[in-house]
Amino acid sequence: MRVYFRSGATREASWRKQQLKGLLAFLKENEGDIMKALKQDLGKHYAEAYRDEVGTLIKSLNFALQSLKRWMSPKKAELPLMALLSTAEVMPEPLGLILVFSSWNFPIGLSLEPLIGALAAGNTVVLKPSDLSPACSSLLANTLRSYLDNRAVKVIQGGAAVGEKLLQERWDKIFFTGSTQVGRIVMSAAAKHLTPVILELGGKCPAVLDSLSWNWDREASIKRILVGKFGTCAGQACITIDYVLVEKESLSTVVEMMKEITGKMFGENPRESNSIARIVNKSHFLRLKNLVDDPAVKASIVHGGKMDEDNLFIEPTILVDPPLESEIMTEEIFGPLLPIISLEKIEESMEFIKSRPKPLAIYVFTRSKTLERRILSETSSGSVTFNDAIVQYAADTIPFGGVGKSGIGRYHGNYSFEAFSHEKAVVRRSFFTDFWFRYPPWNDHKLQLFKTAYNFDYLGMLLVILGLKRIKASHMV
Amino acid sequence: MVEELRGSFASGKTRSYEWRASQLKGIIKLADEHEQEIVQALRSDLSKPEMEAYVQEIGMLKNSCTVTLKELKHWMTPEKVKTSLITYPSSAEIVSEPLGVVLVISAWNYPFLLSLDPVIGAIAAGNAVVLKPSEISPATSSLLAKLVGEYLDSSAIRVVEGAVAETSALLEQKWDKICYTGNGKVARIVMAAAAKHLTPLLLELGGKCPVVVDSDTNLQVTSRRIIAGKWGCNNGQACISPDYILTTKDFAPKLVDSLKQELETCYGKNQLESKDLSRIVNSNHYTRLIKLLDDEKVAGKIVHGGEKKETELRIAPTILLDVPRDSLIMSEEIFGPLLPIITVDKVEDSFEIINSGTKPLAAYLFTNNKKLKKQFVMSISAGGVVVNDTTLHLAVHTLPFGGVGESGMGAYHGKFSFDAFCHKKAVVYRGFFGDAAIRYPPYTRGKLRLLKAIMGGGIFGIIRALFGWS
Repeated sequence: MRVYFRSGATREASWRKQQLKGLLAFLKENEGDIMKALKQDLGKHYAEAYRDEVGTLIKSLNFALQSLKRWMSPKKAELPLMALLSTAEVMPEPLGLILVFSSWNFPIGLSLEPLIGALAAGNTVVLKPSDLSPACSSLLANTLRSYLDNRAVKVIQGGAAVGEKLLQERWDKIFFTGSTQVGRIVMSAAAKHLTPVILELGGKCPAVLDSLSWNWDREASIKRILVGKFGTCAGQACITIDYVLVEKESLSTVVEMMKEITGKMFGENPRESNSIARIVNKSHFLRLKNLVDDPAVKASIVHGGKMDEDNLFIEPTILVDPPLESEIMTEEIFGPLLPIISLEKIEESMEFIKSRPKPLAIYVFTRSKTLERRILSETSSGSVTFNDAIVQYAADTIPFGGVGKSGIGRYHGNYSFEAFSHEKAVVRRSFFTDFWFRYPPWNDHKLQLFKTAYNFDYLGMLLVILGLKRIKASHMV
Repeated sequence: MVEELRGSFASGKTRSYEWRASQLKGIIKLADEHEQEIVQALRSDLSKPEMEAYVQEIGMLKNSCTVTLKELKHWMTPEKVKTSLITYPSSAEIVSEPLGVVLVISAWNYPFLLSLDPVIGAIAAGNAVVLKPSEISPATSSLLAKLVGEYLDSSAIRVVEGAVAETSALLEQKWDKICYTGNGKVARIVMAAAAKHLTPLLLELGGKCPVVVDSDTNLQVTSRRIIAGKWGCNNGQACISPDYILTTKDFAPKLVDSLKQELETCYGKNQLESKDLSRIVNSNHYTRLIKLLDDEKVAGKIVHGGEKKETELRIAPTILLDVPRDSLIMSEEIFGPLLPIITVDKVEDSFEIINSGTKPLAAYLFTNNKKLKKQFVMSISAGGVVVNDTTLHLAVHTLPFGGVGESGMGAYHGKFSFDAFCHKKAVVYRGFFGDAAIRYPPYTRGKLRLLKAIMGGGIFGIIRALFGWS
């Protein structure tokens, strides 16, 4: 594949456009099959699948096609006046061969979104989808090839063993979406070849729900929180709301509203209505079951809690104040269990969040500008969204990435192109305009000139040249 | 110590504009008031000529500080960005926030500049910093420890001196970012240590920076600029110093003659003892360089120089002609005053030779030929590329300075320094209105149609969906 890259074929704008258009065609012509695969792997409803995966990909592809020319053109850099007859610019170039590891929860979206960036930047790519979403993985492996240049894009299926083998090769960049634990393994492997990495990991993304005086606000907030949790792959998403922080005063109102709205949204029998996705496999199902098996945690369930192991189905479950040391509050939940933690005052959320690892996103529902400002300046997270959840994923103008344990690097929009490019500094000089004081032998006079030059003190420079000015005396040999 | 710094960072004091500006001013003061001591320390560590010490270290550092001070307020302001129909109504911005506590490990060849330049970026971004200067330049290392302690806020900025043991201990701690300047071997150790804590990195490494010299060029200026970049930069011990030359078989003798002539103009007849050249930093590197000359594959290839004086750790500017590609001198980064010339039949052949190696930190081309210039810039991948000069791009603070592949990851200088030590936090503001029922379950056909239309863009699509026509 490196040989193909070196041939320069992938650098042409026309090739890149062709690949992006190929992806669009893949999505449009295989929508039915994609939806079927997502249904099979995760039980996702058509609407969810479109909204979160196919729809966002189409949007990103259109954005990329529109922006490609702009992305590929060099950016001029300002030069000081002294640099007469020279030009400086930053020219983006592809890195070469990229390895993309994607995840099982948004198997189409998280596989193709990085691919868009990598191909737009002119690279060759190897994609390894997750083996925990086998229907999607084989769909990608078997069907993508008819839409993309097979000499430049390869899909390799498999599990951890295949992943490990791939990591032993030398890549020009590795893009990984997944857990913090595996993120470490990927980065350690990358260290052997000094390969730069982008790690999109996770964390416990909190939602801070302030006391809102208007019912409209409260209802809208709760709807958004519930769809952000249960309506997003049943809570199996890196940016899903992991837990909610509310003031003790509002707790009962909030819980009541949540129960009511959950019922309306997901129906009395959520499994029948297919309005909520399934748990991906038995192992994760048992992990989630384990979280609530702890009697103290079980006691805190106020809604839901039914689990169907044969169908890997867990209904939307709400808990109030499970013990903070329990696993459900120390591990990333990644499932349809929503703990609500009550605080004396909402301002305590700052400390609560700060004392835990930096999450991928923080959500705040409030009308208070003070709280807004405090959250922004006192907490750190990949991103912050006010009065909504998950939508930041769909924006093309803001970077999507983590900080600290939630990840390294970012993508989406322009950032996807940058993520897979090297920004090469290029300076062109003419043979004229050579400053004689650049060259040895050194003497005091030349030093004077340099001192004025550094301060862009053109007048001073002129005076020194004319011998009319001296700067600090120095002890030149 | 790291705990203490975290405490200082948590207190919020490093975030204020005032604190950052005061520290930066402190660095300028430190450089101004102790200029002679710094020059002395550099002379002691490297026998660096005062001119180089001033121009390439002190002057550049002060310049970097000045630029940062000028632009800091602007850099610190959140960047407003557009939002699209999908998140309507909403507004968004990108906030630059400090990462926390960062570790800067610097190198011995420009010990003053390479220690404080990244620190400038870290401070500008509002972080607490630990600096570990190289033990191979001890005088500068202890001077830095002293001056930083005196001029800067020690509750947030510290210098830790030491060698391998201290560095390893530092690497075991958890940092919010590590900036390492040095070689690829140690960089791998740094990255492996960083992987344990998922710490992001800025690695400024090196490589064999090639210079391609075309026959259609202004020979005198070419030679002078190659000399300035090679021997004028710490006697070839610089990461962006021209490592080797590629030129055509026919042109090589002319180039050698010109280089010899210009070398004499710059350094006189006794180039071994010239006070305008740095010495080799220590006996390890001296021995390493002598070995490159003793390699039997390059026997008889020395066309200029070759003199050495072990007691003073000096090697004269040395040029070798027609060096075989599998010689020792071509297998590793030279980092010294030896300049091998590889000859090719056609100048275009040099591109393949360069691309067959690992990507260097910089690549240089001297030519008047427009087509060749274009080809070079397009097909040679390096951290930075300069046409008709050497090393200058380092001084342009509007250009990112960094490597690619083996020559490093990340970039800094100017605003890029600030960006390197920040987290760019995406912030989206939404109102409570503008809530489309299509977002929420239960999902219906109508909702799906409308959703598709909105996401696919186009006002007509939306109207059609609203009326149930698609």
